[in-house]
Amino acid sequence: MKKARGGILGAILILFSIIWLSPLYIVLVNSFKSRSEMYANVLALPEQLTWTYYTEAFAKMNFGTSFLNSLLLTLASIFLIVVLSSMAAWMLARTGGKLSYILFGVFIATMLIPFQTIMMPLMQVMSWIGKNTIFQMLNSRGGLIYMYIGFGASMAIFLYHGFVKTIPISIEEAATIDGGNKWNIFWRIVFPILKPTTVTVIILDVIWIWNDYLLPSLTLTSRDLRTIPLSTAKFFGQYQNEWNMAMAALAMTIIPVVLLYIFAQKYIIKGVAAGSVKG
Amino acid sequence: MQKRKKWLWFALFTMPVFLIFLSVVVVPFLLGIYYSFFDWDGLSLNAKIFVGFQNYVDTFSDKKFWAASLNTIIFTMLSVLLINILGFAFANFVTGKLRARNLSRAMLFMPYLIGGLILGYIWKFIFEDGLSALGEATGLTNIFFDWVNSPDMALYALIIVATWQMAGYIMIIYITGIQSIPEEFLEAARVDGAGYWQTMFKVKMPLLMPSFTVCLFMTLANCFKMYDINLSLTGGGPASASELVAMNIYNEIFSKSNFGYGQAKAILFFFVIAAVTMMQVYMTKKREVTL
Repeated sequence: MKKARGGILGAILILFSIIWLSPLYIVLVNSFKSRSEMYANVLALPEQLTWTYYTEAFAKMNFGTSFLNSLLLTLASIFLIVVLSSMAAWMLARTGGKLSYILFGVFIATMLIPFQTIMMPLMQVMSWIGKNTIFQMLNSRGGLIYMYIGFGASMAIFLYHGFVKTIPISIEEAATIDGGNKWNIFWRIVFPILKPTTVTVIILDVIWIWNDYLLPSLTLTSRDLRTIPLSTAKFFGQYQNEWNMAMAALAMTIIPVVLLYIFAQKYIIKGVAAGSVKG
Repeated sequence: MQKRKKWLWFALFTMPVFLIFLSVVVVPFLLGIYYSFFDWDGLSLNAKIFVGFQNYVDTFSDKKFWAASLNTIIFTMLSVLLINILGFAFANFVTGKLRARNLSRAMLFMPYLIGGLILGYIWKFIFEDGLSALGEATGLTNIFFDWVNSPDMALYALIIVATWQMAGYIMIIYITGIQSIPEEFLEAARVDGAGYWQTMFKVKMPLLMPSFTVCLFMTLANCFKMYDINLSLTGGGPASASELVAMNIYNEIFSKSNFGYGQAKAILFFFVIAAVTMMQVYMTKKREVTL
């Protein structure tokens, strides 16, 4: 009896979850339909699988290039955020004194600043750097990665700092006596211990950088540098009302995310949970 | 010598990221405060005219800014409420003994992984075409019509999409909280004869105050700063009926080229967000019980 009730409740739960995701179903089925078929019944399955809208949208969005740009930008930014932030957080947590305290304080105190508050002066600073040094900050991948490091640092340092505090210092001390320098101690001994936090940082930053629109829209102007959110926005600006092609475009942007989610679901949910608890 | 070496190691580990951080966040923030006292169109050749607090004074008579602020307040309050109610309810359903819980949890969380911009476009189609088709099919055209292009309903369309995006995310945080409640507490309540709702209100919810603190903070901050969904779903329209503050600031600076005035709004925006979130954290933290 009890088991049957559990079965019914479980079925209701699954049914509700399917309805919850129905917008994604609508995108998928309509990406194969012609205009008339689409308006005949939005919810119906397509009569046949035609890939014409996909190939059309793929070309018009410059999808291949955008995808690679997003991938490169996300990977490079996160790699550098992880390397630089973990090093800094460890040093700040393990060094006493006012300077450590102040530096950590500055990282944390600025976490509440919304991007809109600094976007305009940030563009001024970056264009100034571009004019006065050899580094091209605007309309360049390097410049955007640089900015992502700056914006990602606070949270990463906060998470690493909290974790380092829970690691007994004796392990590091033993290595110091054995004559290891700080660089080796950090990369050989400490960094591997920090792995759970590294996973959390990677997951939170993938969700953030992969989907970010406003910052790249302000810095990247060349068509060849566009990320997926940028080319999606440009595409919708141009083909507002061609919904069947638009559905194919949306499906293409969603499918990689869903695939990644299916494979790394356990880590993603754990990482998001861990990130929020400490935040 | 020893001290100098120690300092060098310290600098090597902390300075790279700190200098980047300074130039990307701290300097622009301070520079932003400076710009907010000037009248400037953003072209470096054109003069910046010092106007003192005039930009800040001007915001008081800026009807569009006030309309956007009111929209943001309504949007934030309703979204925060809906997201947390749904997220909390979901969390309770999927922490039970049901076998379906893991699959459900994964499905409910999924929208959070898709960016706000993309979500806005998906729902634009659902509101514009799906909803009107549904209205025609059911005859309920006064409920099911194109919300996105209706001045009265566009803001509520935003709320629905923001809720759809974030409820699953907030659910994950509540799940973590619920799972950390010691089983003895719930067992003790059961032995004492407490029913489901009594256990919920008298045992579970007081113990979950830390989760409420985090969830309210996350949703408040995210909703206040909402831009992507606003841009792709309604574009602030029709006729700025659904324009939120973040978009108002963006347009003031980059569309109207009022760099100084827009920046003054941006600074005000920061102070309001900081004040509201800090007040919320203070208030909910006070209610947290320590075991």
